[in-house]
Amino acid sequence: MFTRRFSILIFALLIIVPLIMVVLTSMKTMRETFENPLGLPSEGLNIDNYINIFQTQTMAGYFVNSVIVTIFSVSLTLLLSCMVAFALTRLSNWISVVLFVLFTLGMMVPAQVNMVPLYNLVLQLGLTNSLLGLILVNISVTMPVAVFILTGFMKTLPKELFEASTIDGAGEWKIFTKVVIPLSLPSISATAIFLFVMHWNDLLYPLLFITDNAYKTLPLALLEFQGQYSTNYPMLFTGVMIASAPMIIAYVLLQRYFVSGMTAGAVKG
Amino acid sequence: MKTSKSIYLFVIPGLILYSIFFLYPTISAFFYSFTNWDGISAEFQFIGVDNYIRAATNDSIFAQSIGNNLKFMLFVVIFQTLFSLIFAIFLVKNTKFNVFLRALFFFPTVLSSVSVAFIWSFIYDPSMGLFNTLLGQIGLDGFRQNWLGNQNIAIYSLAFAQVWFHTGQMLIIFVAGLHAIPKDLYEVAKIEGATKFQIFKKVTWPLLAPSATIVVAYTTIQSFKAFDLVFATTRGGPNHSTEIIATYIYEVAFRNYNFGYASAISVIFMVVIALITYLQFKVLRSNKVSY
Repeated sequence: MFTRRFSILIFALLIIVPLIMVVLTSMKTMRETFENPLGLPSEGLNIDNYINIFQTQTMAGYFVNSVIVTIFSVSLTLLLSCMVAFALTRLSNWISVVLFVLFTLGMMVPAQVNMVPLYNLVLQLGLTNSLLGLILVNISVTMPVAVFILTGFMKTLPKELFEASTIDGAGEWKIFTKVVIPLSLPSISATAIFLFVMHWNDLLYPLLFITDNAYKTLPLALLEFQGQYSTNYPMLFTGVMIASAPMIIAYVLLQRYFVSGMTAGAVKG
Repeated sequence: MKTSKSIYLFVIPGLILYSIFFLYPTISAFFYSFTNWDGISAEFQFIGVDNYIRAATNDSIFAQSIGNNLKFMLFVVIFQTLFSLIFAIFLVKNTKFNVFLRALFFFPTVLSSVSVAFIWSFIYDPSMGLFNTLLGQIGLDGFRQNWLGNQNIAIYSLAFAQVWFHTGQMLIIFVAGLHAIPKDLYEVAKIEGATKFQIFKKVTWPLLAPSATIVVAYTTIQSFKAFDLVFATTRGGPNHSTEIIATYIYEVAFRNYNFGYASAISVIFMVVIALITYLQFKVLRSNKVSY
């Protein structure tokens, strides 16, 4: 039992200490950090770095960009994937098999394989330096996982439900919106959380498509802070705190859903 | 019962977007891999399989990045699977404290790779980092390292950051797997006088195989996708010692403007991943049992 408790303690420290370090360092000056990297901030709750970063960087702009890209990417991926999953559930012919294979193939191909041709395509379409470009690419990249999870869930809904609705004269759209969507909410919310984490944190596509400050999202902005602040960790961690704040708040409030959503994504993706 | 034809309308918007931004680029990667396109000029020539020959015979950095990727993958797969399994077993009971700990261990998963990259750059910092400071304080100065600057260990330092990042996520998968094992099997085993190790070997491990398959497969794919973490921490340096295939593709395409060659590497990358995934499923599926 001793080794068990001891190893749990070590692991817990290994997770917690770096996180506390981020919070504390964001409230220190560079000098303090250098002289006493593990100590408490000498001035207590010092938010100078936070004020500084909002004054010197277009932080609010990056934040808004991240919010826009994430909201549209998550909701449109969900809408389109639900529609595809519904059709795949209703159909039982070779076309549905082909479509299912086509969509799930996307889970096998890592996004990085596509970065070169995808960059060309986005460039040709004039969608570099645009949030729309990011959103469209995000949707296409995460649709396979979403379709896979949602189809898996919708297939477990009793067939009689669809039949009863059809006899009642409901069209497919009505069955979709009034029957299937409400019944699939647990699976949809799990998928939504998975997508939220993926899109909020994504670095690769902003890195490829965005060069103009006006369209940068938080992860890309953070990466570039590294160039400006070098090893000024107090400023870098202030950026980390701001970029992670929505995620931390959401995690604390919806923790159980996060765990199930992210694991569904892992299991299926 | 017949489904009306209008059902196909549900597929169309998603399929169009998916075809344009996913299927088309994937297929065109094959096309460009046979050219010498630089990504800028309008003209390019077909050069047959020259890019593939170059990758296979005449590119030591590519060979190095495959090697690094394998080192990274092995380290992450071994330690992440081991840690997540051990702590899943430790924290399997749904007590309040265990549920809290699981949530805590899971937390890094929701951070962005860039944040994790900064956290670990600081921990590994040679002068003010956590590791070297602690080693100094307990008198083990000899073990102080330039964790990300030393070419021999930098890739493992990154792999450790990746383990920190995702162990909690895999732990949850194992916990779910453990909860799915019927309780009476353990009772029977105990009545028959099996030792703890025997129970693990004969009951827990075989019945955990499906979860283990998922964890190992997902961890493997994840370690090939670690572009964000590696790029934000070391950019593949020093001297390509942390270059993985994905960061190398980025470098060849967007620093050296050799799109044709980068496409060829991408295609090889795709084949490697498909192969590894296939082999894993074969190996891990073969030890599936049912009671």
